[in-house]
Amino acid sequence: MAHSAGKYIFGYAASLVLTAVAFGLALTRALAPGPLVLALILLAGCQVLVQLYFFMHVTEGDGPAFHSAALVLGFIFTFAVVLMSMWIMTFHSQVA
Amino acid sequence: MLEALRNFADTYLMWHEGPLIWGSDALILLTVIGIVAVLTYFKKWGWLWREWLTTVDHKKIGIMYMIAALLMLFRGGVDAELMRTQLAFPGNHFLDAEHYNQIFTTHGTIMILFMAMPFIFALFNIVVPLQIGARDVAFPFLNAVSFWLFFFGALLFNISFVFGGSPDAGWVSYPPLSELEFDPGPGENYYLLGIQISGIGSIATGINFLATILKMRAPGMTLMRMPLFTWSVLAASIMIIFAFPALTVALALLLLDRIAGTHFFTMLHGGNPTMFVNLFWIWGHPEVYIVVLPAFGAFSEIVATFSRKRIFGYGSMVSSLMLISIISYFVWVHHFFTMGAGPDVNTFFAIASMAVAIPTGVKVFNWLFTMFQGRIRLSLPMLWAIAFVPCFAIGGATGVMLAVAPADYQYHNSYFLIAHFHQTLIGGVVFGMLAGMYYWWPKMFGFKLDERLGRWAFWFFNAGFYVCFMPQYALGFMGMQRRMYVYPADLGWGPLNLVSTIGAYLMGIGFLFIVAQVVYSIRHGERDLTGDPWDGRTLEWSLPSPVPHYNFAAIPTVTDRDMWWVLKNEGRTEDLQPKSADLKPIHMPKNSGAPFLIGVSFFVAGFGFVFNWWLPAVAGLCGVAACLAWRSFQYDDEYSVPVEEVMATEISLGRL
Repeated sequence: MAHSAGKYIFGYAASLVLTAVAFGLALTRALAPGPLVLALILLAGCQVLVQLYFFMHVTEGDGPAFHSAALVLGFIFTFAVVLMSMWIMTFHSQVA
Repeated sequence: MLEALRNFADTYLMWHEGPLIWGSDALILLTVIGIVAVLTYFKKWGWLWREWLTTVDHKKIGIMYMIAALLMLFRGGVDAELMRTQLAFPGNHFLDAEHYNQIFTTHGTIMILFMAMPFIFALFNIVVPLQIGARDVAFPFLNAVSFWLFFFGALLFNISFVFGGSPDAGWVSYPPLSELEFDPGPGENYYLLGIQISGIGSIATGINFLATILKMRAPGMTLMRMPLFTWSVLAASIMIIFAFPALTVALALLLLDRIAGTHFFTMLHGGNPTMFVNLFWIWGHPEVYIVVLPAFGAFSEIVATFSRKRIFGYGSMVSSLMLISIISYFVWVHHFFTMGAGPDVNTFFAIASMAVAIPTGVKVFNWLFTMFQGRIRLSLPMLWAIAFVPCFAIGGATGVMLAVAPADYQYHNSYFLIAHFHQTLIGGVVFGMLAGMYYWWPKMFGFKLDERLGRWAFWFFNAGFYVCFMPQYALGFMGMQRRMYVYPADLGWGPLNLVSTIGAYLMGIGFLFIVAQVVYSIRHGERDLTGDPWDGRTLEWSLPSPVPHYNFAAIPTVTDRDMWWVLKNEGRTEDLQPKSADLKPIHMPKNSGAPFLIGVSFFVAGFGFVFNWWLPAVAGLCGVAACLAWRSFQYDDEYSVPVEEVMATEISLGRL
């Protein structure tokens, strides 16, 4: 299963489906704004997992120390950027 | 027919705008004709294709990056001189407002993205594989793709000047100003697509050098035996990988707003323009460290070499590099304190910004301690390194002033800020890249750049720098804001502006001396016959200059930091000489035309998107896909250099 074509194809299809669902939800406004945002965040989380598992092979690396350090750093930066952006934007900075 | 032609000339070639455009058109046409004629006359087209356009050799790619960076330094410099000429006198009308907007936009964009970035990539490419004892980078093909994406991105951006109109919303290009409603026309699209295309290449370069440094070091070269320049490239690569995606997203969303009618950053339909500002600086602040850390790395090599001492505090140098690369992610709001995000947010980011001064200070003191009691030689690289210290110290101090959020409400977007960031970016990055260029030039080309002309360049550029930018701190305090194209006489800004303009011209003369120096040295520069012209310390100086295409005939085994210096002191330099018995065939990547064609395809696609012409846009993207598919089925992409060829080369270099 390590680098089989099946795994790549499944991963590729999954990432396309996740993108299409997110795009469709946003375009049709199928949900109220609050639940919609929550649904989009959940879909984005799934997308991250798909990318990490099917394309970046997190579970099958050769140097675990190296890998996990990079992964942890990536998560720190991701959460820093996302959460701090939300924090920055909460202080009445909306111009509109 | 004639009417249609005139329409075309006025709409796309902007011929109604007058002599500035006509002159540029003529110059560009003459240059193109000149290049084509020379290549044809000397029958060099095949040579150009085989040796340069299809090369995957990191040294040649580095040289191409450097030439491109120097050309862009010229273009950005001309923009700067035009701006300073306009501002020299109150009420001046050398340029009109629209031209001035375009010129400050292209000046900033070019200097950061198309001058500083390729200059650091030039040094990455030229130096890193040689310093770590590798024969190429981890992904040579990808490296060539990166270069050609940069090249065609820069070309797309520059072509806006004579075809369709330049971008004019500032190098930060904030919406809502940069939205279609307020800034119609192709200019902003050029900006978005040019940067986007070269940005893909930058991310790939970051990945490439991270993998190269982590995976391709010679046996025995542990991380803590790595030269400091390589460490700085590692830090910069990590930052590139994490920071550039934010820019990619910001530009892509703004492009969608402009060509697909979305509303991510508009004032209506729930758009949030401040989110662009936020995303831009999530990239933008790490970006300034991305360009300055390699300069720090170059200074570390140069200061140690020209003081003939080990670098002082190697461990603290490494940890401060890594610390800067982490802290740089937590400071971005200091670019928009005045957005009004409230005291909590501003306080956090103010303190984080000030904290950057600590590891930077550690580095400055380490350089000074390395020089202390060293036997200093004032060759050109060392001159620039020494000039960097006071310049960067003043820039850093004014940076801490700007980091004080309440005070920033006074300084924000004034000439105080302009003076500050030019002092750190010129004093840090430009001085560093020039020092690095002088230092590694013999390694690239086999001759030194002329010392006498270089000193003229140094003094004109340095004196010019202070004459140009010191008055701008005062102008900022006197209330002069950035991006104003004209000011009345009674504000009293005239004299200082005139002084500043004189300084800018002095810097321009300094640049011309560098050009003269390069041209003169090609014929008359001192030839480097030893491969070690500066009495260097690291592995690249154990090789002949210029380096053979396979770099190391035999991969060295590293036992010490400053390996080459240690061997020289112990009289064991022949340890690194290849022995004919040990030579083996060398595996090297084959040249490929695909990276160049991918670049061309991206250029065509980008050009189509700029004007919403869907035919070239789709054709270009199909070209990219075709190149990728073609490459995917190329299995035979390596060859081996036979032992006889390696032996013949090494014998001709006197090493066997």
